[in-house]
Amino acid sequence: MRAAVVTFPGANRDRDLVRAFRATGFSEVHLVWHADAELPPADVVGIPGGFSYGDYLRCGAIAARSPIMRAVADFANAGGYVLGVCNGFQILCEAGMLPGALVRNVGLRFICRPAALTVARGGTAFTAGLADGERIMISTAHGDGNYTADEDTLDRLEGEGRVLFRYVENPNGSVRDIAGITDASGRVLGLMPHPECHVDPRTGHTGGRTIFESLLQTVGRG
Amino acid sequence: MKVRVEVGLKQGVLDPEAVTIERSLLHLGFEGVSGLRKTRIFTFELATSDRAAAESQVRAMCEKLLVNPVIESYGFKVEE
Repeated sequence: MRAAVVTFPGANRDRDLVRAFRATGFSEVHLVWHADAELPPADVVGIPGGFSYGDYLRCGAIAARSPIMRAVADFANAGGYVLGVCNGFQILCEAGMLPGALVRNVGLRFICRPAALTVARGGTAFTAGLADGERIMISTAHGDGNYTADEDTLDRLEGEGRVLFRYVENPNGSVRDIAGITDASGRVLGLMPHPECHVDPRTGHTGGRTIFESLLQTVGRG
Repeated sequence: MKVRVEVGLKQGVLDPEAVTIERSLLHLGFEGVSGLRKTRIFTFELATSDRAAAESQVRAMCEKLLVNPVIESYGFKVEE
């Protein structure tokens, strides 16, 4: 299975995402430059964490308008799977591929510590190996992870089963404790904490591993 | 044309930074402060003398980049 990870200027978790895809069985993983207009053949595209364009204007705002994001939107519309982590989640929201927005953490602090997440919906493309209500431990590292959207959007997200992960203890003020949501197709996930940090037992937790393995299983099924 | 765009969080979107600034003013003894908002102002020159064209261009700039309509609202002025 093939994955492509986009590198934006200021992204610093792109290589971690590449490593996580490789460690979980993706055989071909490519890094793609943000100025490219085309993606290499891939089953999954990863939008990494970091500080694309120094978080200028709004987190993810400039990256969302880069040439490669048009290709990523086309890829998703054509049935491809997209995983956006942290800044990647912000970029997907700014690009209009996911609803809502991520704003400054309540408390204003940059939060960098492990967070327990509840799987709000198992058995999806991203949570195939997880059950409803299961808990996983994944590190957070963000200053603007406070998810917000209007009430109608939130009701729709919940009604359609598009909230996949919630914080057990809300660290940033996100509405309804939301940590990760998908688009209407269920093929685009934005997740604030970093599953790519936790695929190797040496990092203390392997809670992120199942997300990559679920994806591998999903795209392997075709 | 001189353009001035002001962008701020919509009413109802919590701005923890604004809340903190307001609280800090109150702590300093400035009584009666409420509803503090923090906005961002963009100023630039636009090479056109056609006001209507300038306004529609600025509106497009706001919608495409300067503003995130999910959380922000904006206003602008165009002057000779």
